[in-house]
Amino acid sequence: MGWYDRWRGGLLAIGLALAMAGAACSSTADGAKAYPHLVITGSSTVAPLAAEIGKRFEQAHPGVQVDVQTGGSSRGIADVRKGNSDIGMASRALKTTEQTLLPFTIARDGIGLILHQSNPVNELSRQQVVAIYTGQITRWSEVGGLDRPITVVHKAEGRSTQELFLHHFELDNRQVKPHVVVGDNEQGIKTVAGNPDAIGYVSIGTASYDASHGVPIRLLSVDGVAATLENVRNGQFPLSRPLNLVTREVPTGVAKEFIDFARSTQVIDLVEGQYFVPTAGG
Amino acid sequence: MSRPLADKWFRWGLLASAALSGAVVVLVVLFLLVASWPALADLGPGRYLTDTRWYPSGGLWGMSAMIVGTLLSTLGAVLLAAPLGILSAVFCHYYAPARMATLYRRLVELLAGIPSVVYGLWGLVVLVPIIARWHPPGTSLLAAILVLTLMILPTVALVADSALGQLPGSQVAGAYALGLSRAGVIWRIAVPAARRALATGTLLATARAIGETMAVLMVCGGVVNLPTSLFEPIRTLTANIALEMSYAEGLHRSSLFVTGLVLVLAVVTLVTVADRLGEEPTGG
Repeated sequence: MGWYDRWRGGLLAIGLALAMAGAACSSTADGAKAYPHLVITGSSTVAPLAAEIGKRFEQAHPGVQVDVQTGGSSRGIADVRKGNSDIGMASRALKTTEQTLLPFTIARDGIGLILHQSNPVNELSRQQVVAIYTGQITRWSEVGGLDRPITVVHKAEGRSTQELFLHHFELDNRQVKPHVVVGDNEQGIKTVAGNPDAIGYVSIGTASYDASHGVPIRLLSVDGVAATLENVRNGQFPLSRPLNLVTREVPTGVAKEFIDFARSTQVIDLVEGQYFVPTAGG
Repeated sequence: MSRPLADKWFRWGLLASAALSGAVVVLVVLFLLVASWPALADLGPGRYLTDTRWYPSGGLWGMSAMIVGTLLSTLGAVLLAAPLGILSAVFCHYYAPARMATLYRRLVELLAGIPSVVYGLWGLVVLVPIIARWHPPGTSLLAAILVLTLMILPTVALVADSALGQLPGSQVAGAYALGLSRAGVIWRIAVPAARRALATGTLLATARAIGETMAVLMVCGGVVNLPTSLFEPIRTLTANIALEMSYAEGLHRSSLFVTGLVLVLAVVTLVTVADRLGEEPTGG
């Protein structure tokens, strides 16, 4: 085969790829015209709830399609800003640089410190948590536990759980000396459940659900307040956050209907099913 | 010259599929270059290599700790898997009774077919707690090496097995006829004759170990750290992409594509070396 043949082959392939890309683009454009299509992207904490609400919304509004994609709170906000999505999801309050956007709180969630069930430590003070996470306290015996080394479980960059945790304990990420860095709540819980000497922080909703289903973990009090959904509900628990839907402009049409629906009493059972605290009707 | 029409069509069909497969690889590399360009242009390649600290939100972009982590976990796994795989293939070929050899081959093939996330899950709930009891925290370089070893062992064993099976029977028979012992035949005739295929198999396994993501991510600890012992946590390049990609924006996101570019370069190097080793020198 000469160079000419090869060149022609390459051209053919590029042409084919372009044709496929073109087909993909035109099909989405047609779809948008044919029926209302709601794209919602962002926080992995909010996504499962938004997907459940979306299913119920689709049933009540035949012909509407709700497309929920996970990618973290920052992505959700960036997508809404660029107009890549209709609604963003953020598992935190808006930052000062994001004040031009409009947040709609659909539920609240708390972040709790978790230990292995067999760990005898019952409470940690704020100073102790900071000392453990910065590597100044390295053995459980220093805070009233067994003479075992502490395994510090931390979250990866970009997670709003991590941002809230660092903010609450006034830590810089560079000060934290972790032994394990995890991605999501489930991985954090599995890590602590498999290591009697570990300490981590996760969504209280997820932790309560797992603890009540036999996973050997225990939620710790923060600043003397027990990490329960009740204390998140009444606002006493210090490490709590709103779960928000975010839009760029005042929502209209299907987007407005969806946001109103997600904040109504019609979805309270879905919010509680995910172990979050409903804000509607309260 | 008149070729049958069907032949002509067949030729074009083959050419088109080959060109398409080739173009996909080229397009992927081009995409990686384009996506990592903002970071490379803004920060320069030096920033990535000279620093060991990786705090994207704090403006620290050092990848060297992760490069070292990737190399150490891969090297450890190959050092364990290569001898184990080759020795087990030798046993299978020259010592094991036929039925046991068949059973063993099926087992290794099964091992090769298990999805990596299953190895990762096993590592997280079984292996890591065992290591943690011995030397906390458990998620460590050692756990990554052991899980990777399990994953690449089938590749080494299957390639070694087929390499030994393809040796000309006359060589082995001739060696026996000269009065060599079984061990002598194996170590002086069979293994040296198959050495190129054995080396190629090992390098392919190495490439798999470098690129493995899920299983390693679950057991390595994910901490960007230059390990000073087997029990310390590490983060590999693949784990870095998997942990942060869906949460990254701007320069951070672009830097993760740089991570991918480094990985592709490493694998290209390995495959090139494997190709060279695989070519039998003429008249050799």
